[in-house]
Amino acid sequence: MKLDCNVNIHHLTRVEGHGNIRIKIQDGKLLQAQWEVVETPRFFEAILVGKRWDNAPWICGRICGICSIGHTLASIRAVENAFGIMPSLQTQKLRLLLKHMETLQSHILHIYFLAAPDFLSAGSVFPLIESHPAVVLRAAGLKKLANDVCDSVGGRRLHPTRTVVGGFTMLPDKKDLARFRERLADAAGDLLLTADLMKTFSIPDFTRETEFVSLKGAGDYPFIGGELISTDGVHKKEYEYRQMTNEYIVEHSTSKWSRLSRESFAVGALARVNNNFDYLLPEAKEVCLSLGLKPVIHNPYMNTVAQLVECIHVVKESINMIDELLNSPWTEPKQPVIAKGGAGVGAVEVPRGILYHNYEFDEAGHITRCDCVIPTSQNHGNIQYDLQELARKYAAEGMQDRDIELLAEMLVRSYDPCISCSVH
Amino acid sequence: MDSGRQQSRTYLGVPLFRPRVGFFELSSCEGCQLQLLNNEATLLDFLSLVEVVNFREAMKERSEDYEIAFVEGSVTREDEIERLRKIRENAGILVAFGSCACFGGVNQLKNRFSLDWVKNEVYGNSPIKTDFVRPLEAVVKVDLKIFGCPVKKEEVEKIITHIALGQEVVHHKYPVCMECKANENVCLFDIGEPCLGPVTRGGCDSWCPTNRAGCWGCRGPAEDANLEQMEKIMKENGFSPDTILDRIECFGGFSVYAEKLRKDLGDSR
Ligand code: SF4
Ligand code: SF4
Ligand code: SF4
Repeated sequence: MKLDCNVNIHHLTRVEGHGNIRIKIQDGKLLQAQWEVVETPRFFEAILVGKRWDNAPWICGRICGICSIGHTLASIRAVENAFGIMPSLQTQKLRLLLKHMETLQSHILHIYFLAAPDFLSAGSVFPLIESHPAVVLRAAGLKKLANDVCDSVGGRRLHPTRTVVGGFTMLPDKKDLARFRERLADAAGDLLLTADLMKTFSIPDFTRETEFVSLKGAGDYPFIGGELISTDGVHKKEYEYRQMTNEYIVEHSTSKWSRLSRESFAVGALARVNNNFDYLLPEAKEVCLSLGLKPVIHNPYMNTVAQLVECIHVVKESINMIDELLNSPWTEPKQPVIAKGGAGVGAVEVPRGILYHNYEFDEAGHITRCDCVIPTSQNHGNIQYDLQELARKYAAEGMQDRDIELLAEMLVRSYDPCISCSVH
Repeated sequence: MDSGRQQSRTYLGVPLFRPRVGFFELSSCEGCQLQLLNNEATLLDFLSLVEVVNFREAMKERSEDYEIAFVEGSVTREDEIERLRKIRENAGILVAFGSCACFGGVNQLKNRFSLDWVKNEVYGNSPIKTDFVRPLEAVVKVDLKIFGCPVKKEEVEKIITHIALGQEVVHHKYPVCMECKANENVCLFDIGEPCLGPVTRGGCDSWCPTNRAGCWGCRGPAEDANLEQMEKIMKENGFSPDTILDRIECFGGFSVYAEKLRKDLGDSR
């Protein structure tokens, strides 16, 4: 048994935002295993106060550069729920298509650019350009497709321009949609190759039982709105989200933390697959099982695998939705918005887990209170408890500091944390 | 990154000195940096143009040896001042990268309130450190600004090519409106939507109006921007004073005029 271990990582790389890892074991006793979030808060929840409703999606999208579409959609949903607006079927489909392509874009970025270098013994994706050119080209191709669809449907891949309360300012060109359909069919093949690559990754064998929280499927694998569930049997309505998130403040983090039935819980691709496996499309289910992901799985490193499973699901579902859109005439892109007083919640499954926006409005539609609960902030506690367990386990096995450090880095990366977003 | 920096590379056929470049972020959404990783089509070309030696979001290795520093985000906490000064010391050229860095971006909307109020609104009684939001140039010398929330990748590449070739970077002087008209868009005022295109610096190729969404002025003022005239147009088209203010104050590029508008409104918000 190894008696001492010291790991100190300042500003962990290949994650979004600023976080530190500290592990200290002395004489076989775990003194510290800490996940510190040191990001500066930007105070979006205060900034919004006094602003009219139409500012919310535009400003809140800027919470995050990776999932700006998810934030924009959660924000729009919260406003629409407050004003009693039901989006048209066409708007719902276009929003889901946009959401799916953000999921694909973000998951591919994580799988290939942030996670894969660890499994291929590289410090970043850059040397892989020389050593694994086909892999990098495949990743770039998939990301480009996803981003191209986002440009076409949302107006812009980052901080979308067309997405507004009531619908869209403008509709995509059907000829473009038809072309995307063909490219998506090719992408499905690339994702199977990605699955083959992933089979060669040696995913650390580490489990710590936890609770998984996500939207609850009802017929479909859920992404935008609906009820909330956890693997420990909690079941709530969308507007009761605070009973799911229970945010609290910890000293060593500028992000808030969350808990539910235990000391921590997890959200994200693994939580969604664990909770909603039955609703995955058959092709995604098949790959899921072939990669050893048979719910409920408690190995956090498997989140990257779950992301790939979701990529397959969203690509297949996007093809189906494009077919439906192509087979029906366009209707009005946007419906009129009449502001009123009240409150609304929007829950959306963004790449890193369930995201909530909640606003209160005065009669003229100005925001009087704002609350955003970010997936990564819900995960911070779980990351911390995983780190403790990991340090204990591997130090007891006599592992070198260097190897523990790498496993700790990989652990945090597997959650694909979006730290600046979690602090917002 | 590879170590072949002596070896001369070409970008679109032009042989280049390959500058060592670092990317850094203060308080931001990191979107401007991601714009670079997000442009798969030209990413490889871009990587042959510069040697990226520091890019925390993408790579594990870090180096303090760089010629050009791209700094994203605004200064909102004391420790960021220290980090920014260090970067300034190391860098030959410091670029304010995106509207957060150039003007404070959406972050500066916080400055409408007292610090005590914002802290209490978000963190209650728990201690948290934060300062008024400032752009980079309030703390260090900035050599070059790249505007936009987000920055436009094509423009970034053009600017980097200019730097690498030692050519002066000249920003667009004309407003978004010019680009919008060249793109033959429907004018948003004609369909009842507000737009800051007439006063905002061009260079984004009228990104928002081309998508039938009004401009919010993310790139700051065009040269000779006539804000009184803009206010008048907005009023004539029936937009309320707070709609005008919302747009003018959103990204911090028009801070002086925003201050005036806020005063006119009686600072009631
Ligand atoms: S300027 Fe906009 S896109 Fe760039 S970092 Fe700031 S908020 Fe993000
Ligand atoms: S839409 Fe805006 S940018 Fe375009 S012409 Fe009208 S005012 Fe100018
Ligand atoms: S149109 Fe206006 S808000 Fe949109 S990108 Fe250009 S300058 Fe920014």
